[in-house]
Amino acid sequence: MENAKDIVLDYVKQEYLEDGDDREIKYDTALITGGFVDSFSMVSLKVFLETKYNISIPDDKATPEAFDSVNNIVELLKGFGVN
Amino acid sequence: MHNISSYEETIENFTWKSVEEELGYKPGDTINIGEYCTDRICRLGMGKRKALIWQDHSGNVKTWTFDQMRVDTNSIAWYLENMGIKPGDRVCLFMDKVPELYLGFLGILKMGAIVQPLFSAFGTESLETRLEDAKTTAIITQKKHLPKIRNILKDTEYLKFIIIVDQKDELHLKDREHILDIENLPKLDHFHTYKSTAETPSVLHYTSGTTGKPKGAQHVHYSVISQYITTKYSLDLKEDDIYWCTADPGWVTGTSYGIIGPWANGITQCVLDSGFTAEGWYSFIEKHKITVWYTAPTAIRALMKEGEEVIKKHDLSSLRFLASIGEPLNAEAVLWSDKVFGMKFHDTYWQTETGSMVISNYPCMKVKPGSMGKPFPGMEVGLVDINTHEYFDKKGVVGIIAIKPGWPAMFRTYRNKKEMYDQKFVNGWYLCGDRASIDEDGYFWFVGRDDDVINTAGHLVGPFEIESALLEHPAVAESAAIGKPDHINMEVVKAFIALKPGHEQSKMLELEIMNFIRKKLSPLAMPQEIEFVKSLPKTRSGKIMRRVLKAKEWGEEIGDISTLENNM
Repeated sequence: MENAKDIVLDYVKQEYLEDGDDREIKYDTALITGGFVDSFSMVSLKVFLETKYNISIPDDKATPEAFDSVNNIVELLKGFGVN
Repeated sequence: MHNISSYEETIENFTWKSVEEELGYKPGDTINIGEYCTDRICRLGMGKRKALIWQDHSGNVKTWTFDQMRVDTNSIAWYLENMGIKPGDRVCLFMDKVPELYLGFLGILKMGAIVQPLFSAFGTESLETRLEDAKTTAIITQKKHLPKIRNILKDTEYLKFIIIVDQKDELHLKDREHILDIENLPKLDHFHTYKSTAETPSVLHYTSGTTGKPKGAQHVHYSVISQYITTKYSLDLKEDDIYWCTADPGWVTGTSYGIIGPWANGITQCVLDSGFTAEGWYSFIEKHKITVWYTAPTAIRALMKEGEEVIKKHDLSSLRFLASIGEPLNAEAVLWSDKVFGMKFHDTYWQTETGSMVISNYPCMKVKPGSMGKPFPGMEVGLVDINTHEYFDKKGVVGIIAIKPGWPAMFRTYRNKKEMYDQKFVNGWYLCGDRASIDEDGYFWFVGRDDDVINTAGHLVGPFEIESALLEHPAVAESAAIGKPDHINMEVVKAFIALKPGHEQSKMLELEIMNFIRKKLSPLAMPQEIEFVKSLPKTRSGKIMRRVLKAKEWGEEIGDISTLENNM
């Protein structure tokens, strides 16, 4: 089974990069500060995580810092028992 | 000592003519915003002063003095002119907050073309709608945004030039694509700046309404008179200030007060090309010793959410004046800033069409937390009755904010929509479309929009655009979009959706629809909540009654529903 790290990375690439955009997104790429995901788009990323892993991420945990890289998101997910 | 020491005295003595004189302008003279912000500042002996301090998300910093900016904007103007772009052509800026955006803005104006700034997060449909309406001749962009432009190319024959600022390799250029590499352009000490006059079109900003497609508010070069003096008085900028306007130049705040106003005053300004984090913003203020900070209520509330610990890690003692714009600044945020920064945010009010500030809390004036402040000197601002649009002067009664036309930065038309423009003027007043009341001391207090337009994070989003786009999703039979209260963004988009037969509601479908709108329109237009319903409330003539949905969402009285056809 694919791990959360790869699932999140694949999802971010698929949803937040236009077809033809050749920029690279890696596990540690800055998603929010790097301009890939803005604060509004973060909401859809949060909905994806909640739906995929059947969890509820409270607002105080859904901070720009927590979503700023795939690595950070994976750390956040660990707090909900997702690996 | 503030630039405006007494509001009452300034109101008494203010004339637009005195501002013209301060800027050395006489009616009939050439007036070009590009020249006013660069060559003129150099002629005044400020060429060596830093104009732009730019930083990216990795912390890399680049700076331009006014003289360097003068030369680089000359070079860009020359490049565009050489390419075949003519005065009056529309040149779109579709970029993140990179230096080329700021230099390009002034370069375009210097060669007489009209700048059309567009928010770089716009999706393909939002982009195409605005380019189509403006019949844009050229678009200046970054590689990362090229896919969106290439997607719409076949329907945009009028778009002759796609100019890429960060492409080094000509090998990968496609149809109509060109490279603009500022570093390798000839450095032009002189350029024959276009001899624009007061009414020559300058900036074309698109804004959303309740119905129809977005409207292009056309501004003229004379707007600099308003933008110069409002920057000086309302933001209190002085020669030693280091100023930071957090707005994106895809929106009017980012051009009027992120380019024109401060640079026409010869002020050093900082730009941070990075997404929002509290730590990132406070570090930026500390690093560049920012003194005056103009930001949005949404950002202030997001900072409040992050708490005070992160503030304590930074030396923010350089700050001396704070102001806000976008949507009304709530009293709690004003009190919070007083507590954590030792000074209050000063709310300002204006809109795309006004081009410059209309109502402000001035530095010399007592701030009433939650109030919009008082009208700018030289502007007659009042309230008109919500139904009759007649002017009234009663304290505490809610009306529509109205301005007597004639201030320099007033928009001159909606491109291709003259009739719509004319409708904004009633009984000799320009109607802003916002409701407010005035208290005993003459302070304005915001109440809400007078229409269905959604104000999310200070940006207006048209429900019609969202509903139209939603209908293009294969599962959506009908839809309505409204603004839902949100403690950070004031409002966020909520969509009510009735599904076509054969489609089942689910979280995955909700997510799919959210992403569909985000990519098609923009992240701002993406519904942050979707409620699936069996049907929508409609009038007997079949018009969806958004106000019924909105009233339920806001917990307000639904009002007259005698025309309602169906039960919800």
